[in-house]
Amino acid sequence: MGYPYKSHPRETPILSKYFGDPEARTLEGWQARGGYRALPQALDTDPVAIQNIVKESGLRGRGGAGFPCGLKWSFMKIGDGKPHYLCCNADESEPGTFKDREIMRWTPHALIEGCAIAAHAIGAETCYIYIRGEFTEPIAIMEQALAEARAAGMIGANACGSGKTINMWVHRGAGAYICGEETALMNSIEGRRGNPRIKPPFPAVSGVFGMPTTVNNVETLTAVPHILNNGAEWYKAMCLGNPKSTGSKLFSVCGNVARPGNYEVVMGFSFKEFLYDLCGGPPPGRKFKAIIPGGSSVPVITIEEAEQVKMDYEGFMEFGTMLGSGGVIIFDDAQSMPKQLARLARFYAHESCAQCTQCREGTAWMTKILERIVAGHGTFEDLDTIFELTENMTGKTICVLSDSCGAPVTSGITRFRGEFEALITGRRSSTVAVG
Amino acid sequence: MSHGASAAGGAVAKPTHGHHDEPYVPVFAAGSAPRAKLDDILSRYPTKQAGLLPALWIVQDERGWISEQVMKEVGDVLGLTAAYVKGVVTFYTMYHQHPVGKFFIQVCTTSCCNCMGAEDVVKAFLEKTGCGELGLTSADGKYTVIEVECLGACGFATPIMVNNDFIDSVSVEKVSEILRKYS
Ligand SMILES: Cc1cc2nc3c(=O)[nH]c(=O)nc-3n(C[C@H](O)[C@H](O)[C@H](O)COP(=O)(O)O)c2cc1C
Ligand code: SF4
Ligand code: FES
Repeated sequence: MGYPYKSHPRETPILSKYFGDPEARTLEGWQARGGYRALPQALDTDPVAIQNIVKESGLRGRGGAGFPCGLKWSFMKIGDGKPHYLCCNADESEPGTFKDREIMRWTPHALIEGCAIAAHAIGAETCYIYIRGEFTEPIAIMEQALAEARAAGMIGANACGSGKTINMWVHRGAGAYICGEETALMNSIEGRRGNPRIKPPFPAVSGVFGMPTTVNNVETLTAVPHILNNGAEWYKAMCLGNPKSTGSKLFSVCGNVARPGNYEVVMGFSFKEFLYDLCGGPPPGRKFKAIIPGGSSVPVITIEEAEQVKMDYEGFMEFGTMLGSGGVIIFDDAQSMPKQLARLARFYAHESCAQCTQCREGTAWMTKILERIVAGHGTFEDLDTIFELTENMTGKTICVLSDSCGAPVTSGITRFRGEFEALITGRRSSTVAVG
Repeated sequence: MSHGASAAGGAVAKPTHGHHDEPYVPVFAAGSAPRAKLDDILSRYPTKQAGLLPALWIVQDERGWISEQVMKEVGDVLGLTAAYVKGVVTFYTMYHQHPVGKFFIQVCTTSCCNCMGAEDVVKAFLEKTGCGELGLTSADGKYTVIEVECLGACGFATPIMVNNDFIDSVSVEKVSEILRKYS
């Protein structure tokens, strides 16, 4: 079942199959639905062999960057005598993205099994599931499921009777988008301010508590048991577009659309059919105008462009944007793009951790300029300043939050310049009239 | 000490959580339930410092907000300076540095909710609670309303939080009903 709607026949519900089914939440209910089959076997398998299966499957990180998962795991040197850590990234704060929330709310044991397998595959005995502080319901559900899994011996000192230790704990965040950035997340676990760290060293060398660490997104980890149960070939075969993008992907759909919600489709699915058939098209009487397809940090595209996209990492890139986290934000023809982009800029200004000057000052300045334009006090020079500012904010900072502020804004101005100019000339003519 | 209006606190709040002149009552006294809870949490991490965020959550659950005195106590318990603890408290938006209304209401207004009318939901809350302005606490000490950034439930516009309760799909029409529940 999809959520909150019954899944569409053209969806491929693998991760989302039991969304909306409260009985899937319990250990017993989950086992009755095929859960915890992969874990005992995995714990008896050599970690490197598991890494190889996941490599072969083509699974890429679902948190935003799309880094190959098996390859990331192979950076962890098994048997180096150091404690290794797995951090599951459940910070989910990227505007437009709300898929990890549903995975945790409906199928907590699926995530636990995925984390346990991943921990074994990277030689870790401890996994922290970092959940954003606002997710009080998912936190309670995960805590309950972890207690059940521990009591049943699925995880803990002798996980599934394998003699291996896999401890797993929820770590609650406290309100900070930036803690979704992997090194900020590690600082937050360590009891520090959530400032991203300069890389290198990379987490696989020196991560949380200075030890080798892997950070993976909730959706990435939840896919892993399915890959082990059904094989890498099965996963790889789920591909309608570029062979480098495999498997099923959850897309969260929000904004001005008839049926917002989470939809799971095979990589490479037609975005046009997705938007009109699965999501039901625009609200009655409206037209789709603009789409930010991968969470708010990626460039905005027009509906005309979107209709040509194949939904995979490469397909979105072809149109100058990104698949990102799969958070599809839709604006219809009743929305003002300058207003919405100004609001997004404000988000980044609020969430900047303020370590880097370009980001701290740039995001605030960007917001100020955009709000000025929206208020009818902008100039054409302001538009040029935004592009110049974006250049100074891109590729120069510790993390990419700074880049993320400029991406939707400049792409929005390029594609919807008329709306910005109308606000600016509107001001001019009124000035002229008064003068 | 005066409590100015801030994102996390109300200017006219009644200090319902203890007065500054009263002797300080520790949260983590030996043998207390919060102490036992914290000790259990500390066993999950290789350092004491890692217990800081969890410790602050325990404090906020117990006291409603995090005072300077509590910061010092938390520092003593975890082997950190009060200044360090304050540095962490101030980084995270969910920790209250001032007393807030009995019902702390957070409304998402980021773009995905904004284009669905979130600003009207905020307005309705400000009017119907009598708060008038963002960040201020109503005269009866009951409500504080703030805008927050994306709550991670964008397809269920507009999500809000009332204390620890997460409520999604809130429209202007539902505001009165919600406030009746929290009164
Ligand atoms: C500002 C910022 C915010 C991020 N937020 C998240 C997040 O909420 N969830 C997430 O999984 N990844 C987030 N990421 C990406 C993580 O840094 C990291 O790449 C990811 O968790 C790795 O997991 P994956 O390989 O399974 O995708 C964010 C990155 C940046 C720069
Ligand atoms: S780019 Fe921004 S959010 Fe990232 S580290 Fe620098 S100041 Fe912090
Ligand atoms: S933008 Fe409101 S919940 Fe994400």
